[in-house]
Amino acid sequence: MDIQLQGDTVRLYHGGRPFNKDLPAILLLHGAGHDHSVWTFQARHLAQRGFTVIAPDLPAHGRSGGAQLASIEALANWTLALADALGLARIRLAGHSMGSLIALAAAAAAPRRIAALALLGSVAPMPVAPALLEAAKEDRARAHDMINQWSYTPRGQLGASPTPGSWLTGANRSLMERQAPGVLATDLAACNAWQDGLATAGGVVCPTLLICGERDQMTPPRAVKPLRDALVNAQGGARMMEIPGAGHALMAETPDAISDALRGFFTDT
Amino acid sequence: MTQPGSFGRETLALHAGQSPDPAHGSRATPIHFTTSYVFPDAEHAAALFNQERPGHVYSRISNPTTAVLEERVAALEGGVGGLATASGQAALHLAIATLTGAGGHVVASRALYGGSHNLLGYTLPRFGIQTTFVDTADIDAWRAAIRPETALLFGESVGNPGLDVLDIPAVAALAHENKLPLLVDATLVSPALQQPLALGADLVMHSATKYLGGHGVAVGGVLVDGGRFDWEASGRFPTLTEPYDGFHGMDFAEESPVAAFLLRARREGLRDFGACLSPMNAFQILQGLETLPLRMRAHVANTRAVATHLAAHPLVERVAYPELESHRDHALAARLLPDGCGGVLSFELRGGREAGRVFIGALRLFSHLANVGDAKSLVIHPASTTHFRMSAADLAAAGIGEGTIRLSVGLESAGDLLADLERGLYAVGKLLKG
Ligand SMILES: Cc1ncc(COP(=O)(O)O)c(C=O)c1O
Repeated sequence: MDIQLQGDTVRLYHGGRPFNKDLPAILLLHGAGHDHSVWTFQARHLAQRGFTVIAPDLPAHGRSGGAQLASIEALANWTLALADALGLARIRLAGHSMGSLIALAAAAAAPRRIAALALLGSVAPMPVAPALLEAAKEDRARAHDMINQWSYTPRGQLGASPTPGSWLTGANRSLMERQAPGVLATDLAACNAWQDGLATAGGVVCPTLLICGERDQMTPPRAVKPLRDALVNAQGGARMMEIPGAGHALMAETPDAISDALRGFFTDT
Repeated sequence: MTQPGSFGRETLALHAGQSPDPAHGSRATPIHFTTSYVFPDAEHAAALFNQERPGHVYSRISNPTTAVLEERVAALEGGVGGLATASGQAALHLAIATLTGAGGHVVASRALYGGSHNLLGYTLPRFGIQTTFVDTADIDAWRAAIRPETALLFGESVGNPGLDVLDIPAVAALAHENKLPLLVDATLVSPALQQPLALGADLVMHSATKYLGGHGVAVGGVLVDGGRFDWEASGRFPTLTEPYDGFHGMDFAEESPVAAFLLRARREGLRDFGACLSPMNAFQILQGLETLPLRMRAHVANTRAVATHLAAHPLVERVAYPELESHRDHALAARLLPDGCGGVLSFELRGGREAGRVFIGALRLFSHLANVGDAKSLVIHPASTTHFRMSAADLAAAGIGEGTIRLSVGLESAGDLLADLERGLYAVGKLLKG
């Protein structure tokens, strides 16, 4: 479904079911250089389990128009404005990588509106390797190669895909290539620049789950712990879940485990 | 060293798409000879059908052995995924049927494999899909042939049997100006020698029967999507951009911008037309694929020796192999096929049809049969076999003469191949002396 928000088109993916604002709503936020399609399995799964799912293409990504928003705060405000436009007073929020920072900032900015928060492949702060920041600006193909190298486990890079016939790193490369030049660089710069993550985390009061790939090289489990520890006010304390056999691209590498984790968490909260 | 995050072709040919079998640790790809797969529970079954969990349901739609082949060829081509079919013909049909239907139109190079020419020229018109054939090198003809109902441009990397080289960057640019995809049949070069997607093509197909398998034991096809074509922006592909009642009302381009084509091709085309590849054939093709880069280097080396030898022979009027300076597309080949133009070449014997017959009859190592891309050397006379349905004018337009001989140069010792050809040429010499 496409809607207009602040004068620009926003593409929303609902996991194969019509949007229904009377159901508990889950918003899924993609990461840098991506679009909603990183969530297709999880969105379809949750949409069949009593939720209405909204996976937007962020501004200037995928089929959403508008100017790209260059900071995590601006993207968090946009996310809340999207919930307003959809008439959603309360949402469950999940984000991957850059999307997790947006979700974290939104949950802290509007604590009463967020019923539950799931952060996937998330660390705060999220420093981006200078070589990658530069490649994203100067040589996209090299940046895409670096991201593929760091986002997938050895199996994900060479071995069998969970989705028959799909070549995971090739699909990721094409998805990044489809975004306009500059989009990835601006996203990565926004991640790198956001220094407020740990301070912001104290403002999160809803139940919070951190999901990380056991073999994630971008946001490895040990680097996730400071964020978990900073989520001091999360209801019941923030929980951390390590997904065996997953890297940073965990929705593609271990789709069922991520669907199950999100369903379990959002059903209980 | 290759770029970080990517692997060399030799590595991909051996490993891509396969992880050692988790149940038993088998290093080789197991042959999953099963039609169907047990559901752990009813909920999981429903989730598989709803496409919310990936996995196998029925081997017409997907199979673990076949999936290794699909992913491996996709990796070698630099695509987002692949789909294996019962034959190369089935891959071409599936590509076209996924993109268009009655009222649709294709613009294709005239220099095509005879079977592709039949499908496009005679069979698909019965289903309302028309094709305009154009001279491979005439970019203005390609442009002029595009109509509002055109759904794709199609050509072969090197056209069989005249070895016309498709200017993929130029034809792709024209296709994209018109918001159309370019499908390339890369059978005769294989991903060891050229990656059409990197040159601008959107879709690639193979007759895996040929070099991918390499041993001449299994018929099969593969279709690969580059994942970059923007179906929505094109506006010409309702099969990919409008809800499909036949599969949960799925709008494939919204579901997955990069995989829309393959999703529809699998969920509709494999499911309903049913031209799937047997896991046994997939296994056999995988055995060949492991050594593809090695074999292609050897095919090219032998073919160079044969082309040079024939070109210098007084009984040979001309040799069509793009690496020879005499070939119309020599410069283009140097740019698009720097590692070699494959193992197929054709040549024109003095003495026409009768000389062709005598030549083939005298050969011992080259097998006379209708195939290319075998490890063993092959020979055929197209005018009387693969292309015999074509009119004299169409034959001439496709670069085929009465005395044209096509060779598929195999992996035998080069000296033995040259000696065999000399045997054939000697017989022709005797014939011409009368
Ligand atoms: C270039 C080319 N494309 C397609 C095909 C058809 O493939 P198959 O025989 O596997 O159906 C062939 C077979 O000769 C071919 O040479």
